[in-house]
Amino acid sequence: MSGLEIFFLVVAVVTLVAALLVVTTPNLVHAALWLILALFGVAATFVLLNATFLAVVQVVVYIGAIAVLMIFAIMLTRRVMKDSGPQTNSNWVWAALLGLALFGGLTFVLLHSDAAGVSLPALSAHADPLAQLGQELVSPNAYVIPFELASVLLLAAMIGAIVVAWKN
Amino acid sequence: MGDPINLISRWFNDLLLGWGVAENLVKVISLAIGATIVATLSLATVIALIWVERKIAGRLQDRPGPNRAGPYGLFQPFADIIKIFTKEITIPDGADHVAFNIAPVLALGSVLLIWAVIPFAATVVGANINVGVLYIVAVGSFGVVAVLMAGWSSNNKFALLGSFRAVAQMVSYEVPMVIALLTPVLLARSMGLNDIVAAQTPWFIIVAPLAALIFLITSMAEVGRAPFDLLEAESEIVAGFHTEYSGMGFGAFYVSEFLHVWTIGALIATFFLGGWSGPGVETLPVLGILYFYLKTFIGYFVVTWIRLSLPRVRIDQLLAFNWKFLTPLSLAVLIVTAILDKALELAAVERWAYALMMLAANLIIGWATVLILKAIEPKRKRQRVEFTPRPIAVAPKSVDNVSSR
Repeated sequence: MSGLEIFFLVVAVVTLVAALLVVTTPNLVHAALWLILALFGVAATFVLLNATFLAVVQVVVYIGAIAVLMIFAIMLTRRVMKDSGPQTNSNWVWAALLGLALFGGLTFVLLHSDAAGVSLPALSAHADPLAQLGQELVSPNAYVIPFELASVLLLAAMIGAIVVAWKN
Repeated sequence: MGDPINLISRWFNDLLLGWGVAENLVKVISLAIGATIVATLSLATVIALIWVERKIAGRLQDRPGPNRAGPYGLFQPFADIIKIFTKEITIPDGADHVAFNIAPVLALGSVLLIWAVIPFAATVVGANINVGVLYIVAVGSFGVVAVLMAGWSSNNKFALLGSFRAVAQMVSYEVPMVIALLTPVLLARSMGLNDIVAAQTPWFIIVAPLAALIFLITSMAEVGRAPFDLLEAESEIVAGFHTEYSGMGFGAFYVSEFLHVWTIGALIATFFLGGWSGPGVETLPVLGILYFYLKTFIGYFVVTWIRLSLPRVRIDQLLAFNWKFLTPLSLAVLIVTAILDKALELAAVERWAYALMMLAANLIIGWATVLILKAIEPKRKRQRVEFTPRPIAVAPKSVDNVSSR
């Protein structure tokens, strides 16, 4: 087993355990902290895939913004130091089944797709994945429409936030 | 010659290879040694910085500063270190032990990690990754998490209040900081730090002075030093998020704050002051390290100077200043820089004319923004406090009157 594989296994196990603890730990702040670890594990996986840009953006957006806002909101609730009781209700079996079905389905689809088993083409030494990504995002015959749609969505959310916060 | 650090590293690699160590392992070992040196060097700098900062503070406040332990008080930091190491580490009742103990480590780590991408010289750089600027922003967000963890896990309302303020401040000041950092990225056409340094002819502080100013202000707010030290305002919330920390727990926060200020100096030097560039670096790259540290010290001195000169702002002033002034200004700077840069590139003007026009554009934007904001700001009259003059001293009421009650 190569060093890369060992590293991947460690990252994967940590991510999965952290993700499991997010939904099972009785303390909400602990859940948020485990979520940070899980998101960091995903970022580490991106690094393993040579996608440094995605890894860094994952940390900036998910840990730096979303997780911090979550903890902030949780800390505004009362009795933040106390456990908030059991995290599951009587439907947890169905949720687990649904999760397993989704996992199984995704694995099945991925294994039977054309891309399964194909190893990644090696990057040429002078290729700049970041510049290529940027050009693809604004190129008319690539991803410019999804990119613009996302921008419009964010703009709408921003205007909505201003309207909500506006007095009178 | 002229590049002793890479020479030593190559010699060491050859030595290990000669001993029959596998090539991949040699790579891992030399990277680990490099990381250890960079981290240890940064931490060791803090020892000197504690003395420097206290000396500057002393001189600016018209007193000698530390001058008892050793010549010029040079051994003062070591006395401080011994004191802090020998102190008992207390953990408050009802604290969350794991989070309480991880938070200082995370705070220190978030600052140390930034040094991994900083180019000390053209050939001496930890990791020359192509997303360097974003990496710095990403690593900085761990600092926010550390402050939140420290404040929450202490089980202390002042600590919790401190971390609330910290998050409000750090998250909102991150917005103009990232936008201001986009300007050097745009001008250098790269997010790699070494490319940004190499692209600086002339230095970006001339081409983009407003971005440099915004970065200076916002990064001071990110560290939480005066005038933005609301997260540890002594007169209001004891010591903020690290109220309950003692001994080395407090020490880690203290060191991370000092190191963060030094790191800001390094970032200002890298982004706006030309980093390692200077006369003679083409032939003697090792000179770059000297230039880099000199420029870093300039940035560090300015931050310390501001810290010691300005009083603390109020929380509403702090947030209003960010959202109503810095954010619009940084957006305007970014848009104008992008358009002008492209236009001047198409017009193929000389480098000096380009720099002059960029400088002029920046000055106009700054002036116009201040004018516009003054025009639309609601006119507030200064409130007059009505009071009747009271005598300074009043004769006590007669003793009979008191005893008759």
